[in-house]
Amino acid sequence: MDLTLNESEAAFRDEVRSWLEANHPGPEPHGDEAAFAFRREWQRKMHEAGWAGISWPKEYGGRGATLIEQAIFSSEMARADVPSPANILGLVMGGPVIMAHGTEEQKERWLEPILSAEEIWCQGFSEPESGSDLASLKTKAVKVDGGWKATGQKVWTTFAHESKWCMLVARTDTEVAKHKGLTYFICDMEQEGVEIRPLVQITGESEFNEVFFQEAFIPDENLVGGEGNGWMVAITTLMNERAGLGGGAAVAVSRDLAALIEVVKERGLDQDPQIRAKIADLLIGCEALRLGGMRAMTAQMKTGIPGPEGSIGKWEWATLNQSLTELACDVLGPEGLERGTPWTYRMLRSRANSIEGGTTEVMKNIIAERVLQLPRLR
Amino acid sequence: MRFDFNDEQAEIKDTAKQFLASRFKPDVVRELAESSRYDDALWSEVSELGWPGIAIDEQFGGQGLGMVELIVLCEELGFACAPLPFLANAAAGIAIESAGSDAQKEKYLPGVASGEGRGAIGDDAVVIDAEGAEVIVLFGADGPRLVPAAGASLEPLDLIDQTRRYSRLTAGDGEPLEGDAESASNRMIVAVAAELVGIGQRAMDMAVEYAKEREQFGRPIGAYQGVSHACAKMLYDVEEARSLTYAAAWAADAEPESLPLAAAMAKARASEAAWDVCKASIQVHGGIGFTWEHDLHFLLKRARADAQLFGTAGQHKERVATLAGLG
Repeated sequence: MDLTLNESEAAFRDEVRSWLEANHPGPEPHGDEAAFAFRREWQRKMHEAGWAGISWPKEYGGRGATLIEQAIFSSEMARADVPSPANILGLVMGGPVIMAHGTEEQKERWLEPILSAEEIWCQGFSEPESGSDLASLKTKAVKVDGGWKATGQKVWTTFAHESKWCMLVARTDTEVAKHKGLTYFICDMEQEGVEIRPLVQITGESEFNEVFFQEAFIPDENLVGGEGNGWMVAITTLMNERAGLGGGAAVAVSRDLAALIEVVKERGLDQDPQIRAKIADLLIGCEALRLGGMRAMTAQMKTGIPGPEGSIGKWEWATLNQSLTELACDVLGPEGLERGTPWTYRMLRSRANSIEGGTTEVMKNIIAERVLQLPRLR
Repeated sequence: MRFDFNDEQAEIKDTAKQFLASRFKPDVVRELAESSRYDDALWSEVSELGWPGIAIDEQFGGQGLGMVELIVLCEELGFACAPLPFLANAAAGIAIESAGSDAQKEKYLPGVASGEGRGAIGDDAVVIDAEGAEVIVLFGADGPRLVPAAGASLEPLDLIDQTRRYSRLTAGDGEPLEGDAESASNRMIVAVAAELVGIGQRAMDMAVEYAKEREQFGRPIGAYQGVSHACAKMLYDVEEARSLTYAAAWAADAEPESLPLAAAMAKARASEAAWDVCKASIQVHGGIGFTWEHDLHFLLKRARADAQLFGTAGQHKERVATLAGLG
């Protein structure tokens, strides 16, 4: 057991830290479009220095970093408070799927523009009637000459309006069991058959969209992993999403908690016993999340695959971030009600934490069924 | 960075689990608890394995291993709910080794390490395992002191946890422990946290097993989310407590400057986790879990006692707040 970084890990951390210090892009501009352009430029800068594809193998233009190095990198990103790269879904999901299931031509065509943020990717999985029950999705793709035509509606599609490509899971066979009739496509978003409508969230901003496909054309060469294998391919990307989201989460929550502690002191509430107990709970939760991540990583280094234990981390993170931002708004009193301030924004945004990337209820199902081996209800 | 046990520690854990499962079968635990006694032969056997001295320096007859090895045993003893005077003896050993004078160490540690001259631990309200001990380490109002058990007068206490012997010291002269009692106390609470992790793990395992077997409305109750999600929360609680406890034990050996905060976090979380898991496990078991005949109540009661031992969750959270910057 050694909870410190060894010599080479510490050297790697120092390298990342000094690069981030020298290349910090500064504060993100206001406004969705300006912020996105800023993140795209930031990713270009990361890619030039070889950081964008940190987890990608070297043969595909990545850095081939070890798991620990990836975790160190995410932690340092959160510590330095730099934005995520613009093409985050391409980097953590699209690229890995193409590397795992794509043909040589597909790798050649898609990987480099993902790294450089030249082509942005979005994910077309969830539908209005298929959220947690993803396999019940209804968007259909019908075979036509030279390709497929997709019709249906997707929702919660992050960055759809900025995207060139959509990872689209559609039903290609209605005769077989629901998990078996799905196929994974890469659909060009820049065509007539695709209509994007922004969804306004409770925060007032629009991170997500609804996307309507009306006979959108997808050429045969854009099918990934074979017809009817869409469920299996999609599951790989979801595991990557959870692993990808988890990296810097503990550090980001700790950073916000440190800021909250300063607010508590400024307001003269640092001796209030109720506030002290709540802050202590948050400190303990943050540390448990950090340590749990280290244990999971140690296990993953032994077994090679991210285990379902990641579901605990996702659940812990959502719970922590929600409690933290609620407490901050309590501490701020009437100011914690003002529209558009950083803490009220975070408090409102955190409501999505227990829904996005798998609801807390789904995380509990995964733990119950796959870790505790309890029987399934279905 | 590597957060798991090394091969030797993993072997200690496996051996302890197997040994305790064979010696402390549920009917043995029940028989000892109901008759409020220990089995001296079992303590001798444990002593021959070198457990009482696992973390005591070799010059005093111990194995000279660290806190990580000690908490591996504590966790398994909690899992087995073993009626043994292990924890009090280990805590007394930590206190004397960390805060005692050379003379005190030479006088008492060999007995504590061999298990033949046990140590007891306590405060002005409650002393654990004083009966049959050689020396009592008392963290009382006048500061920590060593009270030879021979001259002490004790009043037995009838506490809900019958898997251990509790009493109150009514009279007894002692000599002060003048060394680093703060560090000793942080190590002791990590040992209790580890026992709580083991108790929580056992109560969870029992709930999960029962939820797979028990059928109502035509299917195992574990298929219902009202039950399965309660079980998932048990894993969440136990794993958080485990991560914090293992990390605190590591800090005790490798990074003592971070021990006070790590220990307070571990004890606060483990105290709440074990109690929450035991409560939820009784709920999952339904009526049978509320009966004396079922074994769950031994775990629940020991979790309750351990949660109070060396500071409650609330007291340790207060320490966390202080240590982490609220002053």
